[in-house]
Amino acid sequence: MPPVIEVQDLRKVYGSVVAVDSISFAVNEGEIFGMVGPNGAGKTTTIECLEGLRRPDNGSARLLGMDPHAQRQTIAQRVGVQLQESALPVRLKVWEVLDLFAALYHRAVDWRPLLEQLGLAEKRNAAFGKLSGGQKQRLFIALALLNDPEVVFLDELTTGLDPQARRAMWDLVRNMRQQGKTVFLTTHYMEEAERLCDRVLIIDHGRIVALDTPEALIRSLGIEKRLVFTLPPGQAAPSLASLPQVSRVEQAGERLTVYGHGERFVGAVVYALEDAGVPFLDLCTEQPNLEDVFLALTGREMRE
Amino acid sequence: MKSFLKFASVSLKLYLREPITVFFTLGFPIMLVLVFGGMYGNKPSPMFGGYGSMDVSMPGYTALILGSVGFMTVAMNTSSFRETGILRRFRATPLRPLTYILADVTANLVMTLLGMVGLVLAGWLLYRVRFEGQPMSVILGVIFSALAMFAAGYVIASLAPTARAAQVISMVVFYPMMFISGAGIPLEVMPPTIRRIADFLPLTYVVKLLRGLWFGEGWGDHLLEVAVLGGILVVCTALAARLFRWE
Repeated sequence: MPPVIEVQDLRKVYGSVVAVDSISFAVNEGEIFGMVGPNGAGKTTTIECLEGLRRPDNGSARLLGMDPHAQRQTIAQRVGVQLQESALPVRLKVWEVLDLFAALYHRAVDWRPLLEQLGLAEKRNAAFGKLSGGQKQRLFIALALLNDPEVVFLDELTTGLDPQARRAMWDLVRNMRQQGKTVFLTTHYMEEAERLCDRVLIIDHGRIVALDTPEALIRSLGIEKRLVFTLPPGQAAPSLASLPQVSRVEQAGERLTVYGHGERFVGAVVYALEDAGVPFLDLCTEQPNLEDVFLALTGREMRE
Repeated sequence: MKSFLKFASVSLKLYLREPITVFFTLGFPIMLVLVFGGMYGNKPSPMFGGYGSMDVSMPGYTALILGSVGFMTVAMNTSSFRETGILRRFRATPLRPLTYILADVTANLVMTLLGMVGLVLAGWLLYRVRFEGQPMSVILGVIFSALAMFAAGYVIASLAPTARAAQVISMVVFYPMMFISGAGIPLEVMPPTIRRIADFLPLTYVVKLLRGLWFGEGWGDHLLEVAVLGGILVVCTALAARLFRWE
């Protein structure tokens, strides 16, 4: 089966700024593909080239085997788009928005169950301007699903949403995959990419830093696991650095962070503590995550 | 066709929900009839060639309506739709740009004609204003003039970097025309200097054409006006097509 999205040496320059610097990748049918990176990394430029809203300076983007810019109208019938920044007329009511957009598609689904599913049923007659941020975002999702698209583009879907609303959005996205849709999303939340995506492309300064499943990315780098615990007041720090599984120990007051590798890492440390008769409190382990991957690959924290 | 009709009806609905648009298009002309009619009545006067001041104000106020729709509604609405990202959202659908523009123009034309119907109704009920032209000819004149003014509005929307800038440009362009093009106040009562300035204002030609058609003159009697407005329509449409931006 040919890839749903195929990007070859895509390059886009704004003035003297290279937004996207010759990137290539492919997205397969039915996967949730995430593009992750800090703000300004080139995510939106890439997604907008795929949506046909921008034309690449160099290289090519193919969507469903077509040129997204030249065949925009044809493609727009088959894909759904949620833009990072967009709006609707403030005085237009929710049902009128859906009714209007439905008229643009040859094949539009009934929007009433869609409203129900997105929890907007009781907002049917509310004006767009009166909706909360989360409600507006859900309405934009409804618009993206209105034509029962084969591919859905979600640009910074959960930015500005509270954690609860964010989780609800994740369920919606997983639901899209279940219906056989291909999802291409961008986010600057590493946790979101890790929890949601089948494959993650990490982009920084317009270049691809890594591309794989979240698990493989974390594993491949051999990033250290962490074990954190607190010593009782007055307790001298035990010597753990000699353990083969431990690579280093950091102490901040009574709080100790032990870094190490291997399946037996946690067991070895806890056993050593017990063996030395050192009491410990609030012990927890921290698994490496995509944040660590980004840090390891770029040498920077993924902060805004 | 389905999307054209839907967009046109939704645009119309939105205009009717916008208090400023409703006021300038539907309320303001009637207000002028009440205020100036109350002040000057509609007695036939040699100054207006035997017509009353309300008689000659009907085509003038009609010009005012289509001018305000073109310079205020079209320019400001289009630029604020662009600035807030509404046009971006429309663009990410199969909607064709031409369909959107035609629907918007249609909705604005309907608003203009609605405003004109209200105006003429008020004028007729209160002052039995006279009408001596061909209704079809006058309506065509209104549509022709309106298209020229709308095209100018789209040019302003395309040139202005922000909605705020569009608003300022529109006001600077339109407000003088309200008063010295013969639209709000007949040019007969103006000193010669003002009349000379009026010759440089597009709306003056709308007023002259509509007043002529209103009182039974033919299109052939107004070739200058037709040429000026036709020129504005062609040039501004070409400019707007080149300059129009979705974001």
